[in-house]
Amino acid sequence: MAISEISLQHLQVSFGEKRVLTGVDLDVVPGETMAVIGPSGTGKSTILKVLTGLLEPTGGRVFLAGRDVTHLPEEGWNEIRRHVGMVFQYSALFDFLDVGENVAFGLRQHFHLSEAEIRDRVDALLRDVGMLDAKSQFPAELSGGMKKRVSLARALAFRPRIVLYDEPTAGLDPLRTMSISKLIRETQHKYNVTSILVTHDMESVYVAADRVALLDEGKVAAVGTPEEFRNSSNPLIRGFITGEEPEGAFVR
Amino acid sequence: MLQDMCAAIGRKMIDFSRSAGGMTLLFADVLKRLRAVDGRETLRQMALLGADSLPIVLLTMLCVGMVFSVQTAKEFVTLGASNTVGGIVAIAMGRELVPVLSGVVVAGRIGAAIAAELGTMKVTEQIDALRVMATSPVRYLVCPRFLAISLMMPVLIVFGNFIGNAGGYVVAHFYAGISSFTYINSIKTLCDSFDLFGGMIKGVVFGAIIAIVGCYKGLHAKQGAEGVGLATTASVVLSIILIFITDYFMTVLLYVGD
Repeated sequence: MAISEISLQHLQVSFGEKRVLTGVDLDVVPGETMAVIGPSGTGKSTILKVLTGLLEPTGGRVFLAGRDVTHLPEEGWNEIRRHVGMVFQYSALFDFLDVGENVAFGLRQHFHLSEAEIRDRVDALLRDVGMLDAKSQFPAELSGGMKKRVSLARALAFRPRIVLYDEPTAGLDPLRTMSISKLIRETQHKYNVTSILVTHDMESVYVAADRVALLDEGKVAAVGTPEEFRNSSNPLIRGFITGEEPEGAFVR
Repeated sequence: MLQDMCAAIGRKMIDFSRSAGGMTLLFADVLKRLRAVDGRETLRQMALLGADSLPIVLLTMLCVGMVFSVQTAKEFVTLGASNTVGGIVAIAMGRELVPVLSGVVVAGRIGAAIAAELGTMKVTEQIDALRVMATSPVRYLVCPRFLAISLMMPVLIVFGNFIGNAGGYVVAHFYAGISSFTYINSIKTLCDSFDLFGGMIKGVVFGAIIAIVGCYKGLHAKQGAEGVGLATTASVVLSIILIFITDYFMTVLLYVGD
């Protein structure tokens, strides 16, 4: 079996008295897209914050590409972050930079590339996400789906090994949702990246994910393929997919 | 009730200590990273924060110079001290009025803008995005603003002194009948260059205070629009208070025993 690209071992995160993650165990193999689903407030986005060093776990261990990153200092994280791209829930594009400069940002900060090289790389990335025509527009001029695409192009600029998606289809209509989900799948194949896709959207899971983990009460309650989830009789999974709340579950 | 009051006071003191400590650490972090500051971004901030503040600083200083001259010129002429009006106005403007009031104007205009901009970036996850892209928000956002305001404040003060003294002269000449020669000679006699330089040094310190407070409050804004609004207000209030307190100590340091 391949060594996990991402491995969470009994991960715990608390905010004061509030325990958000109580012991998450999850392994994602190289090249795989793992969807993490679950009701709001179960700590899905918290996992991504831990994986990018924005949040330090209160317990457990975190491994990225076999390296223990649980308690890395900020400088250590900066080295790791060059291999991790993230698409934020609300895109988090820099509103004072146009689309092209948003994508070029990381390249300018960390690579000694000529203007021509930066331009070529930015154009290629924007072409891949279908946003080349919007290169000189500012984020405020873009729709939600367009922002997500630009955010993905920016996340890919470092040529990362891992891409993390935080609710990439939140607030999008079904057509845009499908188009972003397909783009996630295409990105996985074209760039050979390992991904974690945090989402509420099962249609997106069916299109973009290889496996799914369901979080409940701060732990992974079930892991399987999208097909297994679709056909599952587990009341937690059925409840999440159909929206019919099983007795005692998902009540917060 | 007494217990609640003590608890509230305690919480305020803890918050204050946390802010003071946080700002000190931010200042130390800025100094550590200054060598790696982004030159292009610093120049952009200098234009944005410094040059754009010039009109409002000039207008304020013109009015202050004219008002100060109105308040002093006639009285000094009555007392037979018309040959000191120019010098008094210039000393007051150079040592105190221009640096302090420029600081207040810049805190209101630029400090608030910085806190609002960084606060908005914080609540829209743009600060997190910077960190995820292995870019220090202190190096990319705080250092250029710190450097830009600290460098532009003395420039604003030079212009402010010029226009303030010009306003003072116009009023003294046309309102109190003091001749140009007497006014200018008074400046030459009573002032020395350190009256201006001391004010410029104060300007550098006030600029640093405004930048650190504005950036700290912005970077620590709580979630939502209300959090950004609170950060903006807190930034202006705290900057102005710190400017007044620092001004006293700097005045003692720079001018007492002069």
